[in-house]
Amino acid sequence: MARMKFLCDADRCIDCNACVTACKNANEVPWGINRRRVVTINDGKPGERSVSMACMHCTDAPCAAVCPVDCFYTTADGVVLHSKDLCIGCGYCFYACPFGAPQYPRVGNFGSRGKMDKCTYCAGGPEGEDGSAAEFAKYGSNRLAEGKLPMCAEMCSTKSLLAGDSEVIAQIYRERVQKRGYGSGAWGWKTAYRETVDV
Amino acid sequence: MRIVLLAVLALWIGTSPGQAQPQNAPVSGFNPTASSVSEDQLLQALDRVTGRVSIPDKKSATLEQPAGRIWRDYHRSWLPWIGGVLVLGTLAALAVFYFVRGRIRLEGGRSGRTILRFTSFERFMHWLTAFSWLVLALSGLNVAYGRRLVLPLIGEDAFSRFSQLAKYSHNFVAFPFTLGIVLMFLVWLRHNIPDRTDVEWVRQGGGIIGHAHPPAGKFNAGQKAVFWIVVLGGAAVAVTGYLLLFPFYVTDIAGQQLAQVVHGVVALMMIAAMLGHIYIGTLGMEDAFDAMATGEVDLNWARAHHSLWVEEELARAARPPSGAAPAE
Repeated sequence: MARMKFLCDADRCIDCNACVTACKNANEVPWGINRRRVVTINDGKPGERSVSMACMHCTDAPCAAVCPVDCFYTTADGVVLHSKDLCIGCGYCFYACPFGAPQYPRVGNFGSRGKMDKCTYCAGGPEGEDGSAAEFAKYGSNRLAEGKLPMCAEMCSTKSLLAGDSEVIAQIYRERVQKRGYGSGAWGWKTAYRETVDV
Repeated sequence: MRIVLLAVLALWIGTSPGQAQPQNAPVSGFNPTASSVSEDQLLQALDRVTGRVSIPDKKSATLEQPAGRIWRDYHRSWLPWIGGVLVLGTLAALAVFYFVRGRIRLEGGRSGRTILRFTSFERFMHWLTAFSWLVLALSGLNVAYGRRLVLPLIGEDAFSRFSQLAKYSHNFVAFPFTLGIVLMFLVWLRHNIPDRTDVEWVRQGGGIIGHAHPPAGKFNAGQKAVFWIVVLGGAAVAVTGYLLLFPFYVTDIAGQQLAQVVHGVVALMMIAAMLGHIYIGTLGMEDAFDAMATGEVDLNWARAHHSLWVEEELARAARPPSGAAPAE
């Protein structure tokens, strides 16, 4: 079985936000929710760097560990998903997540959080048939069931964002670094998977 | 032989740079990574990587915060132990105390005459806080322990529905709880300033061990301790609770994590303290519950436990009202 991961080749990211837009469009996420975003470090200064970030689908995911109602699960492909039927919107996964991935629609009073929403690796969710309208309304598209990769990576204008089996994307990244002669490493991999891509 | 070795070495050096050391020889002639920030460097310096985002959600500018793993360890490993030791330890201590000391009886029986100890407003604010606290404590414990203890019993659907209800109760009942804390602070503050009688009371162990009744005002040193635990602990859980209720209005992610840790630990300490308070107010001491139930306590009980307060009250009752005009 594949182990699906994201790898952002930060040397190629140009902060165009195509991944953010593609994700919003593919999943029709509600207003104010960003499953993916591009963060620019040292913006406008020498050494500026942009990285596209969403849920990294961690090994031994912190969100799943701290969830008070145990609504997370990891699929056979290594994708971390959760059930919106079980989620109570407590916000604990956001405190534990190293990548700021969980998003909450604002409902009702104060800062009241609705059911958590996050990147599903375009793999839908637990309720409803794969690719059904019910699944789409709740979790967004299920491209993985159709044999396709997440829309963000597919739409990346510079092919900076790679999605796919860990071994395959790591190899692509390795070859790139070998060829061009530099690479800033796989951002977030050490934190998410406790391993990095050796070049 | 040596010449052959040197030749092989020279050949190897001659062919290697392109493959063995690609970092030093970028094909474009320019290495953008060399002058750029690196992830390891940022994480070592700040334990967090932040930048700028073009979306309105400013908290999403935090790219990485591995500190989330520390919070996870706290929530999964430390918190259950802290709470377990505090709450179960207190229960065990109370059980031991009950079997050793038994119920503290009213010696000499009742006098039949009563004295007003708490007005209806004092009782209202006490029970407002008490019932709010009960809802908050149970729904809070559910977040900390429900997944381990309740979920396996009732199944994920029922547990999720219950937890959702508990979350909303926790959020809304926070307001009456805060009101109760503020009222108790304002009304009872002047009776809870530590003074010299408290030193004597503490020195005699409050009469809890043995049968002595050291003099005390409206509140003895033990009750004053409960007052300050409730007021200061209540303030701490209220402030951190509102920070959590209005997430990211005031603090960033590190602040949210810290607020949650303080909220949880202080709340568990308060639960432990309140178990003691509930015990002594009901099962632990005969007639103590009357004070908060009807507000009237037996004069003998009052004389035994709050001698200075009774003297003060009786003196006040004997004095003519200050506004009344003298007869002549």
